[in-house]
Amino acid sequence: MRRRTKINLNPKHVLIACVVLLIGLIIISFKYGEQLSPVKEAVGSVITPMQRGVNTVGTYISNKLDNFNSIKELLDENDKLKEQVNSLAFENKLLLQDKYELDGLRKLYELDQKYADYPKVAARVISKESSNWYSTFKIDKGTKDGLAVDMNVLAGNGLAGIITEAHYNYSLVRAIIDDNSKIYGMFLKTSDTCIVQGDLQLMDDCKIRVEFINKDAQISDGFEIVTSHISEKYLQGILIGYVSNIELASSNMTKTAYLTPAVDFQHLDEVLIITELKEPLID
Amino acid sequence: MKRLIIYIIEIIICFIIQSAMYDYISLADIMPNLLLILVVSTAYMHGRMSGLMLGLISGLLIDLLNGGYVVGLNALLYMLIGYFIGFTYKYYSDDDYTLPIIIIAVSDLIYGFFYYVVEFLLRGRLNFLFYLRRLIIPEIIYTVAVSIFLYKLLHMINKRLEHKTEKEV
Repeated sequence: MRRRTKINLNPKHVLIACVVLLIGLIIISFKYGEQLSPVKEAVGSVITPMQRGVNTVGTYISNKLDNFNSIKELLDENDKLKEQVNSLAFENKLLLQDKYELDGLRKLYELDQKYADYPKVAARVISKESSNWYSTFKIDKGTKDGLAVDMNVLAGNGLAGIITEAHYNYSLVRAIIDDNSKIYGMFLKTSDTCIVQGDLQLMDDCKIRVEFINKDAQISDGFEIVTSHISEKYLQGILIGYVSNIELASSNMTKTAYLTPAVDFQHLDEVLIITELKEPLID
Repeated sequence: MKRLIIYIIEIIICFIIQSAMYDYISLADIMPNLLLILVVSTAYMHGRMSGLMLGLISGLLIDLLNGGYVVGLNALLYMLIGYFIGFTYKYYSDDDYTLPIIIIAVSDLIYGFFYYVVEFLLRGRLNFLFYLRRLIIPEIIYTVAVSIFLYKLLHMINKRLEHKTEKEV
């Protein structure tokens, strides 16, 4: 007779109560987003270790499977690579000579290095947004490793994204290909500024959109775009990618183009976080 | 009580598989919506109240951990889906494996549509057909394929639970 003693709630009433509660929650989180951070932190610190564990197991298994599949491929590749090493070693020698010459000349001109060396921390990507609509991912380092919101995330030598939430032992990163991402960019060669905006519709081609390029900019396909000096959150001079398909915008005032990111977002595994924030603007 | 604990464990397992194993389960960048399968099939097997609670909990989990700007949106969507699918409990039968899968497909379509409206249409992304073709339809297909197996598993768990409670009574 245990069932009878249960309180009999009408599902309709529960539904109405929950809907009202959630709409309230949506409004609260929309207005005071930061207030809910401790709750997120609490839930996250339970789930994140599990995600990390499962991710590690998955990586281990897939590595083992890959080992079996690819021994023959590796042998072939090894031969090719050996040839390549030889030719590259030769090229490298030539380049080194050039570099010594360059260093000497730089010293003469008393020029600093092109970009400052920023302090970096390495982290591993442990989970991806669990729906298909967004490109955000979670990394296994948080505030305890000195990370903070708005720090820039690199992968390889290109910009991968920016930290949008930093918690004690994990952080969330929004990739530059995300639909919500907007970055001030700059052409390295001509210093023309532009806006690099992620677009879900171009996701399949692994491209993102570049807008508001000056109509008179002397640019052509393959030019590099780096983060601009006028950006508030992104440090200057980080490579974003290479431009292509330059067209005049429908307004006839600016040019638009596509950009191929320097980062391979399909195989994002390890990332580097620059632990230096861009100096905030003070009025 | 035992049922609630089992539900929570199911939610956490589904969520972790979906978020941490993305590399191994995603096909063409598309992941199956395991949590939706869980919510819908439980609502179908056990009525409105279970669907509602399960939808609420799993939606909140997604909201809190995925770092959206607004907390509660997914929770609302999942909860409403769970509640309204709960009305199909009337047609629940032990050995019918076709109806739940159709229900899952329909609810994934509804979920995708409303998610598009709230998150993309309101930001002025009008090209609905693209999103339908590229994201919603593939997700439905993959989700349905996974649900064929997952539903059987959940059905088994549910049966075992029901069996136990009957014994207690």
